[in-house]
Amino acid sequence: MESPNQKRIDLIFSNYTSSKYKVLERTLQRPPDELISELMDSGLKGRGNVGFPTGMKWKFARREDAGTKYVICNANESETGTFKDREILELVPRKVLSGMAICGYCIGSKKGIIYLRHEYSYLKEHLQNEISIFQEFVKQFNHDFTIEIFSGSGSYVSGEESSLIESIEGFRAEPRNKPPFPVIKGLYGCPTVVNNVETFATAQVIFRIGAEEFLKLGTSYSSGSKLFSISGDTKNPGIHELELGTTIEDVVKEFGDKNIKSVQVGGASGYCIPQKLFAETVIGYEGLTTGGSMIFFNNSRSMYKVLHEYLRFFAEESCGLCTPCRVGTQQLLLGIEAVKRGEMPVGYIDVLKKLALSMKISSKCGLGQSVANPFISILDNFKEEILY
Amino acid sequence: MPEIKSLIQEYAVLHGTARNNLLPLLQEIVRQENYLSEDSLLEVAKTLNLSPADVYGTASFYNYLETVPRGKYVIRLCRNISCMMQSQAEILSTVSSLLKIKVGETTSDKNFTLLQVNCLGWCYKAPAMMINNEVFTELTPQKVIQIIKEYKEK
Repeated sequence: MESPNQKRIDLIFSNYTSSKYKVLERTLQRPPDELISELMDSGLKGRGNVGFPTGMKWKFARREDAGTKYVICNANESETGTFKDREILELVPRKVLSGMAICGYCIGSKKGIIYLRHEYSYLKEHLQNEISIFQEFVKQFNHDFTIEIFSGSGSYVSGEESSLIESIEGFRAEPRNKPPFPVIKGLYGCPTVVNNVETFATAQVIFRIGAEEFLKLGTSYSSGSKLFSISGDTKNPGIHELELGTTIEDVVKEFGDKNIKSVQVGGASGYCIPQKLFAETVIGYEGLTTGGSMIFFNNSRSMYKVLHEYLRFFAEESCGLCTPCRVGTQQLLLGIEAVKRGEMPVGYIDVLKKLALSMKISSKCGLGQSVANPFISILDNFKEEILY
Repeated sequence: MPEIKSLIQEYAVLHGTARNNLLPLLQEIVRQENYLSEDSLLEVAKTLNLSPADVYGTASFYNYLETVPRGKYVIRLCRNISCMMQSQAEILSTVSSLLKIKVGETTSDKNFTLLQVNCLGWCYKAPAMMINNEVFTELTPQKVIQIIKEYKEK
């Protein structure tokens, strides 16, 4: 049932019958600067978890004077509760490959790499076939751009762009110090654009329909639509494309089961939104920035178990490089267990909260910085469930 | 070991010994042997001209570069929240009692290893698992029993 406030969008998975790379052919005939301007006009922001303006990223990389530049597609989709990038690669890989080729054309790069997470290895053959077909078309269009697949080996933190680059270079996927950012100094020290799978697919959509059409969707801060991975207590789990600027209330109305008490938006690194905030919480860059994971919890679910699972996840996936994250993730997990067992006083939870906030300002990368998001949002809204 | 040694050397001849070959080479060894033995790691270090500690440090960072012996078929059950909400515990106990192993263990015939892993990206078809690279979703105890039976007969 469609709620009146919500339009169903179908841009990412639609228009796939034409297999001739027409959009790519047409786009490669336009000047790069014009393309980057259009992308900036469209207001497209990264569809991973961070939301950096895509056109600006491409512009920075274009400005760099370097013989070799790289285009990397981040397909290390490991955030808990998200699966839309896998589906894009499976169903509409040509949009992603086109997006990468257009990016290469804009920034002056001849080399693209898809960083495919190990868990999606079953897709490799399919993707390799698609790349072979793509390569034929690119040759016909007199464009020099090759794409290869790099298989990940299982690491959540590899989704962080500098960790991902370390991994391709053959090292532990530990984040680098920034600046310099990858657009200046990325893979093998060369200017590198790293974009998420959905970002490249959306860029292709923008060059197909035009920035003006794209801007009709969403809000002034968050243009366009985005894919959401919906799971948990819902009658309709799956991937749904929604306009940005939608409220959680609308989403819950349409997808949630009865008695939804909270929604975790953005996976382990995201926020828990309790029912009382459904109406005022907007999904978009002016509200909640998200990679698109949405997990619904009904009244029967224990939020202690949810928080415990997220902390266990972080303690396992922390790369161990910086102390706030390495020690903090473990102490938060041990801490809530100790309070639950009654071994530590209830007031200890405030010490843990301070620890989470310190991790937010002192951790080296997004992983450690974001542990406080679920910790504090679950704790503040479901304190009794966590303590007793 | 002689096969692995020649695999490593052939790989180096084909792709060179630059650092960026390390992970693809380790992946290839895991494909062949299900894990990275100390001998393989030492051989890789020698061939790529890296210190053994560096090679081990890199390998042990990644979840799918196993450094302890694993079975021919590694069963990886997703343990994250959406699978947890769809009775993943029941799947775990079914597999565990069927193969008579706990999480982290390998059957005595070295055919199956049981592991719990983080999100496999199939939350809307939870619970999910992988056996080597093959994905299985919307699992039920009956379904799992059938799948394991088929693998046993392979």
